[in-house]
Amino acid sequence: MSNPTPTIPAAAATAASSSGGAPGRTAGPASRHARRDPWWVRATLITITLLFLGLFLALPLASVMAEALRKGVGAYFASFNDSAALSAIYLTLISAALSVPTNLVFGVAAAWAIAKFEFTGKSLLISLIDLPFAISPVISGLIFVLLFGLQGWMGPWLREHDIKIIFAVPGIVLATVFVTFPFVARELIPLMQEQGTDEEQAALVLGANGWQTFWHVTLPNIRWALLYGVILCNARAMGEFGAVSVVSGHIRGRTNTLPLHVEILYNEYNFVAAFATASLLAGLAILTLVAKSAVEWQVARRRKASAAENAAEH
Amino acid sequence: MSRKSLTFLGLGLTALVAGLAVFTHAPAAHAAPPAPVQLLNVSYDPTRELYVDFNALFAKEWKSKTQQEVTIQQSHGGSGKQARAVIDGLDADVVTLALAYDIDAIAKNAQLLPADWQKRLPNNSSPYTSTIVFLVRKGNPKGIKDWNDLAKPGVSVITPNPNTSGGARWNYLAAWGYALRNNGKDEAKAKDFVAAIFKNVPVLDSGARGSTTTFVQRGLGDVLIAWENEAFLSLKEFGADKFEIVSPPTSILAEPPVAIVDKNVAKHGTKEVAEAYLKFLYSDAGQEVAAKNFYRPRNESATGKAGVAFPKIELFTIDEVFGGWTKAQATHFADGGVFDQIAKAGK
Repeated sequence: MSNPTPTIPAAAATAASSSGGAPGRTAGPASRHARRDPWWVRATLITITLLFLGLFLALPLASVMAEALRKGVGAYFASFNDSAALSAIYLTLISAALSVPTNLVFGVAAAWAIAKFEFTGKSLLISLIDLPFAISPVISGLIFVLLFGLQGWMGPWLREHDIKIIFAVPGIVLATVFVTFPFVARELIPLMQEQGTDEEQAALVLGANGWQTFWHVTLPNIRWALLYGVILCNARAMGEFGAVSVVSGHIRGRTNTLPLHVEILYNEYNFVAAFATASLLAGLAILTLVAKSAVEWQVARRRKASAAENAAEH
Repeated sequence: MSRKSLTFLGLGLTALVAGLAVFTHAPAAHAAPPAPVQLLNVSYDPTRELYVDFNALFAKEWKSKTQQEVTIQQSHGGSGKQARAVIDGLDADVVTLALAYDIDAIAKNAQLLPADWQKRLPNNSSPYTSTIVFLVRKGNPKGIKDWNDLAKPGVSVITPNPNTSGGARWNYLAAWGYALRNNGKDEAKAKDFVAAIFKNVPVLDSGARGSTTTFVQRGLGDVLIAWENEAFLSLKEFGADKFEIVSPPTSILAEPPVAIVDKNVAKHGTKEVAEAYLKFLYSDAGQEVAAKNFYRPRNESATGKAGVAFPKIELFTIDEVFGGWTKAQATHFADGGVFDQIAKAGK
């Protein structure tokens, strides 16, 4: 409890020492004010935050793991060594692998058009991109049933030509593409609008063609935001339940994705396998979060670097 | 990233093509080793365990008879929801649902099978039956013995929603039938009785399995109105030290029917194997598997072989009391029907 600055009033001194003992003299007025908050206020706020995080994040995750491991590590891994589970993992990876690149291409195209060009119907296009966010995933699924179902608009024709869309893999991929459509575009539009068209115009003036401009000027400027959008898109693609549930048909070993497989196992009283599969999904989500944080950290670092560069130039 | 995603794309397309190839492959009739064949059985919730056993048995039987490999794929869910999926194009070769009305709906709305489908197989196309019983907590603390105990105040009853669950409709009609019998066929009194039961229901799940989980896992309610097979299965899964089955003296005879979906089997070329599959349900071996999974077999000798003792219950049929499913459905479960009136008045 040794305090190097004895001139500070007693209350502030305890506060300063409890926050690491750093002298508060040179700090600005705002941080000084924060340090004068009584210790119990800060302690209460921190406790509440930790309790909340524990209750709503850590505890559910821990209970998933505990349930999954209830009958031991052997039973945990046996849950994945089952043809239905493997097929669900495979289908989830396939639908993510098909929908993420699709949305990458369309998202970049849409964001580019919206941010760099003026045309009529632009605000309509923006609203359309937001549509999958606005409506419930169940409705998204039903849209495809109405379109491709046997009683739907294209149903009879599809059946005649022996093409299966819903209750098969194509329907699951379509539904996933639909619900995850906004992620990439939404991430890119604000950034690209902020960046403006100066650099592209410069490139064009210097004789680059459209493709070169996009490839060498636009894309490098947006790559981190793009990666961020792709990660979010991938997380949702793997975790989507509602829309996929409507178009899946729930055929075990054929049209079940991981989230649907969890539900089936739970309904079969197979709780260990259900929670083991859920923990796999949670693991994928955590990986996604780690990747997301890494990208955010990169972005912040680059921003700092470029700010320092700017400062040095002036 | 682009090379990786291309590989994935390629993989996905290959899987798609392979999948389509399997679906369109018709079984060869008498070629040396016949090509493997797939059947899709679209069923309701509580039959999961039954068809796991039965499918393995049938595949063995079919292989020894024809040398052909058959894989049976399963889809389970609420009976009404499953019927809707088949109407919308879920490619079922056979449907094995909770009640005839749901298969009628497929015949009516999608014309995938003829309207008189129920006459094609013996016993109203229902190879096994079940009934509605009560599952209570060990020791039966509320002393539940018969249907009238469910209507008493202070008894918490768990049953699914009749609008979405086939099992729940059987539950509802069983209670109604009991009330008619004990009140000289007075419909108004029956309505009051069923309304009193539903007043005691704290949660209406959408399917029978959901209600079982609510009662067994979440510990809600004093009594679960359940399929007899579902009640037996709960005892087996969760231990007879926690629950016991109470069989009321009278209940309804539930006949879950089965049918082949004519247009789908014609398209897949699976008519022969699909018909054999359903007929095998009526064989001695099939009946024994049904009894082992706590469905009442039509052939009573199978019960003894399976080592399951079904209690004696006086069973009435839906045709006797309600004049068939179509009529019962229109009166009780249609939009604005008797159940909707009860549910509204209960609020």
